[in-house]
Amino acid sequence: MLEGVKHVLLVLSGKGGVGKSTISTQLALALKESGFRVGLLDVDLCGPSVPYLLNLEDRDVHQSSDGWIPVFADKEQKLAVMSIGFLLKNKDNSIVWRGPKKTGMVKQFLTDVVWQNIDYLIIDTPPGTSDEHITVMENLRNVKCDGALIVTTPQAVAVDDVLREVTFCKKTGIHIFGIIENMSGFVCPSCSECTNIFSAGGGIALSKMVNVPFLAKVPIDPQVGKLAETGQSVLVTLPDSQVAQVFRKLVEELTQSKEA
Amino acid sequence: MADMPSDISQHCPGTASKDAGKASICTNCPNQMICASGISQQPDLTADLIKRKLSTVKHKLLVLSGKGGVGKSTITSLISRSLALNNPDINVAVLDIDICGPSQPRVLGVIGEQVHQSGSGWSPVLTDLYKTLARDVFNMLTDIYIDKPDAQLRGMIKQFLSEVDWGALDYLILDTPPGTSDEHLSATSYLKHAGITGVIIITTPQQVALLDVRKEIDFCRKVNIPILGVIENMSIFVCPNCNNSVEIFPALTGGGCVMAKELNVEFLGSLPLDPLLAKCCDEGKNFLTEIPESPTILTLQTIVQKIIDRCEKIKHPSEIDTT
Repeated sequence: MLEGVKHVLLVLSGKGGVGKSTISTQLALALKESGFRVGLLDVDLCGPSVPYLLNLEDRDVHQSSDGWIPVFADKEQKLAVMSIGFLLKNKDNSIVWRGPKKTGMVKQFLTDVVWQNIDYLIIDTPPGTSDEHITVMENLRNVKCDGALIVTTPQAVAVDDVLREVTFCKKTGIHIFGIIENMSGFVCPSCSECTNIFSAGGGIALSKMVNVPFLAKVPIDPQVGKLAETGQSVLVTLPDSQVAQVFRKLVEELTQSKEA
Repeated sequence: MADMPSDISQHCPGTASKDAGKASICTNCPNQMICASGISQQPDLTADLIKRKLSTVKHKLLVLSGKGGVGKSTITSLISRSLALNNPDINVAVLDIDICGPSQPRVLGVIGEQVHQSGSGWSPVLTDLYKTLARDVFNMLTDIYIDKPDAQLRGMIKQFLSEVDWGALDYLILDTPPGTSDEHLSATSYLKHAGITGVIIITTPQQVALLDVRKEIDFCRKVNIPILGVIENMSIFVCPNCNNSVEIFPALTGGGCVMAKELNVEFLGSLPLDPLLAKCCDEGKNFLTEIPESPTILTLQTIVQKIIDRCEKIKHPSEIDTT
């Protein structure tokens, strides 16, 4: 299982809508831009966002004798993507599955995709600490999962949920790389005043509370929101933005910690 | 709707299915005889119990969104607080069935409160204005339930719906977790039996949220529950410094309004982003009395009025035709 994958990174959050998928895709794109071969696996069965974010919505997964062939986001085939979104015929269709069927699907996603020699596999997960999670973790037990990136937003309501996720990781023995605080402040495009729309400081407070490194603070940038559907890296299109700087630093930290 | 063990085959048709006990996978199942006898397809006794327990509740509203973090809990608290504040004679209660990430105790300012057990069931926690019950109050149970999927979750929701002593209520608003998962299936099937008034769908303007919300609307139609309308949250942000309005989450596809039209559901309104609202939620303060002049509240009032009107129109919620 997952042969040919060097490093596995999980993107987790107990809370929904904090930007797991956006961070996962941008991180995948940033790693690709830095010259690595990357895989992105979207295991959110109820709300797969990755195909949309990378503008791969009408693409199909092909079946080969070895398993599913992922969809490639670029011509050089350096970014491979797999998501349940590719298997749904109509984008409005909902997946209404009970536990066992869902578990089976997640298992298949983890075992049956032919990744072929990639440096990093990023796994984008659904919100919560539900059965989809537990299945992912159980199946990853036999694989060298390098660790998890925990995504939160600054407000206490989100931090409450994310704290549960950290507890979950500690219980299941998953190493946590650190915490990323997303939607941290918004700079008004007309007056440059920074407003903390979703309060402030939740991520740092959480990292201190659970003794986990605080990795980065990602501000809200509507320009990044607009990148969705284009599948472009913030490093290429908005190289001077604060968000691009954050991702550059993140890639550096993640890749260095590996070599050390 | 009987509980199933967590280790059953993924091809199990489900105990409530008409193929139960008859599918090819069933031949090896130790429970095949039970399923084939048809017992499992008879109505769940708990569903009747829930129906009886909720018979004193006039309107049962479910707040749903396929997407997380769009403000389900915030809007649930705003709607319930607005209902209670502006209509002193009605009773409102909130039930938080988000078992993995309950937010109501914090948002309603009752964090750390305990639920009491009485002869007639669990007594909900009273806030300044009304009642709430969220799982977070069972802090001691958190550790037990955090990694127990499926059957336990379902049991928990069953307990929530059947064992809380609500008394006479005009509105019971249920706050749900994101997605179209097991919790939703359980809650909706029980509530359908008990007569659900309708569903309020929450979205944010950007396409990535709308994609998931479309799935939720599909889910509601699949399980045949009426949709009262769609609320778009976090629509625009007015900079407190220069009063310029900005679309923080750009509605590249027209946002919730266009989606509602496309899918033929009512659009209830757009709530603008107010940073003070997030702060009030974190501190558990009542936004309606703290900052009554906020534009978010003005919009909220019209939305709540629409919800009341629609609920009143449906005189006997338990008798509405959902087929």
